[in-house]
Amino acid sequence: MSERLRVKKTYKLYVGGKFPRSESGRSYPVTSPDGAELANAALASRKDARDAVAAARKAQRPWAGQTAYLRGQILYRAAEMLEGRAGQFAEELADATGAEPHAALGTVEQAIDRLVHYAGWTDKYASVLGGANPVAGPYFNHTKPEPLGVVAVLAPQDDPFLGLVEALAPAIAAGNTVVVLSSEAKPLPALSFGEVLATSDLPGGVVNLLSGNVAEVAPHLAAHADVNGIDLGGVEDAALAAELEAAAAGTLKVVRRPGKVGDSLALLRQWTEYKTVWHPAGMAAAAGGGY
Amino acid sequence: MFEYAPAPESVRPEIKEHYGLFVDGEFVDGEAVFKSVNPATEEVLFTVAEAGAADVAKAVAAARRAQEAVWGPMSGAERGKYLFRIARLLQERSREFAVAESLDNGKPIKETRDFDVPTAAQHFFYHAGWADKLAYAGLGADPRPLGVIGQVIPWNFPILMLAWKIAPALACGNTVVLKPAETTPLTALMFAELCQEADLPPGVVNILPGAGATGAALVDADVDKVAFTGSTAVGRAIAKSIAGSKKKVTLELGGKAANIVFDDAAIDQAVEGIVNGIFFNQGHVCCAGSRLLVQESVADEVLSRLKERVATLRVGDPLDKNTDIGAINSAEQLERITALTETGRGEGADVWQPACDLPENGFWFRPTVFTGVQQSMRIAREEIFGPVLSVLTFRTPDEAIAKANNTPYGLSAGVWTEKGSKILWAAERLRAGVVWANTFNQFDAASPFGGLKESGYGREGGRQGLEAYLDV
Repeated sequence: MSERLRVKKTYKLYVGGKFPRSESGRSYPVTSPDGAELANAALASRKDARDAVAAARKAQRPWAGQTAYLRGQILYRAAEMLEGRAGQFAEELADATGAEPHAALGTVEQAIDRLVHYAGWTDKYASVLGGANPVAGPYFNHTKPEPLGVVAVLAPQDDPFLGLVEALAPAIAAGNTVVVLSSEAKPLPALSFGEVLATSDLPGGVVNLLSGNVAEVAPHLAAHADVNGIDLGGVEDAALAAELEAAAAGTLKVVRRPGKVGDSLALLRQWTEYKTVWHPAGMAAAAGGGY
Repeated sequence: MFEYAPAPESVRPEIKEHYGLFVDGEFVDGEAVFKSVNPATEEVLFTVAEAGAADVAKAVAAARRAQEAVWGPMSGAERGKYLFRIARLLQERSREFAVAESLDNGKPIKETRDFDVPTAAQHFFYHAGWADKLAYAGLGADPRPLGVIGQVIPWNFPILMLAWKIAPALACGNTVVLKPAETTPLTALMFAELCQEADLPPGVVNILPGAGATGAALVDADVDKVAFTGSTAVGRAIAKSIAGSKKKVTLELGGKAANIVFDDAAIDQAVEGIVNGIFFNQGHVCCAGSRLLVQESVADEVLSRLKERVATLRVGDPLDKNTDIGAINSAEQLERITALTETGRGEGADVWQPACDLPENGFWFRPTVFTGVQQSMRIAREEIFGPVLSVLTFRTPDEAIAKANNTPYGLSAGVWTEKGSKILWAAERLRAGVVWANTFNQFDAASPFGGLKESGYGREGGRQGLEAYLDV
């Protein structure tokens, strides 16, 4: 009797709630740090990045329009799904990084706990960041945070799973949708994370995961007029990071520079805009200006 | 209607013949000299030194010394007391500042007297109180100053923009180098004198008059942060030039605000709001309600009442207390307004202006209303920054929101309806940093101001505005 032939997974992109290959038909081999072949990953093209931005844009308003309570439950659901598959992710992470299996499991568990942490933020950060402003006149004046819109995340290269979860969780908790370019050399745990999100009731398009070459894909995201913010955390080449920031200036995107750290509320703030609304509170104010 | 006798403001501030740069607590010479004119008469008001790159470096070095040796280490409570003192001095000298602002800028005295200067003083008073309470701002337990801030402000609200920039920066423990706009340096230089009078430590505030080159040198200098209010084009250039550096930036840029009038609005109040929205400060307002979106069923009524109302606006001498619309700030701006208005005619919109006499000298533009405007026209897309209103119509609330958001800008918006739930529905959907419901152009130190998308980033005022000046 011969041994059973193992069914190997094809690692694909996660865009608009579906798992397509790159439209370019390209893929690239992914290896462990000691050179062992792990799998092929889709090599995302400019077109894939644009498709992902379109999917993220389409999903953004409905996602932001959900109740904060529901967004929290969906993030918590993602934590539940990840907990159930922690072993698989620990294995993929160990393969990708060369970490000891026990350490890799610890990292996956931290990622689960971060999802739970942000699940709890969704219905609180607005009251922490916003509020009523005591203006000097007969007005009710109120400020509340709103999502920035579509955020492009260049995920960390050497922290391919926890770093990615840390980057995308605050963005989606605050009602943004994201296009994530995962670690170039270690994309497999990120691509598997798409399966977790797809089974967590997260609407398609809220998180879009790409694998590919940073220098090839990132400039298109940085210059894309429908992207509102860009996280350069995973750009290791300082000259490329400066170029991307300069490209992002073209449409005045909010930029998070590499190496910038902050607590979870600072990360929520990063992808947040404030809207302030004035309401007259009295007949004098309702009568209009001084003309 | 009534005839008005002239009611000129009688106070005259003491304006020097020449002002230097204000660096390290002293007035010093600059690289060159330029003139500031009164836009209502075209007469030269005074001459002023222009800062070159070397002057910028000196001012930044002075600000650095002051930040490290004096202002940064000072307790928040003491810093706050200096700011309270400045607020009080500004209130005390408010009429003098108001008249000076009207002379240098061209805006009516009723605005400088009742809005610009009092609101500027409020900004200092408000932020003074934050100086020893920053840990309570909800931005982190140990907020620290950023260091030296380079600030560039526009000509439309000279003393108020100065206050918006300097008050929070100083409250948070930073020192500043500020460049006022080239056509309106007067009140910034008077403010420098006021800093001397307040015994503010030298180097904490430095004022460098100049034009674009001075601003560019300041952005490139050894500052920790750049804060800019002005055009989107310059904002983009600044964001680009600091790419890859450690400098932080906040940008308060252009706008093309929609002012939406629903069919269930209180029409008379809405008309007052439309007038305030576009003709306040000659329309030289980044958040001006320059696109009127009026529901088709009430469009005729709104427009006829609006024209009746606009016909009563008094255009002329900024120092006359009856004046509603003063002078356009500069020949250059007048040219831009005129050119964009011409494109409106060329693209087929219908133009209406009231019959009113304009003074012979100076820069003037009649209040202008364009009807029959299509979304694709330049007058519906580009910021005119003048007293020119573009009127579009809509049939359904969804159409109003879609048209309102159809712009790369996102600074402000207005909503007029007597139905509360409709206000909240619309406010939720408008992509703008500030929404005025049944009012327009309200500002307050406690209320964060700033825009989305290509209107820039960061907020000024309120608790949220402190983040721009803190390392958290």
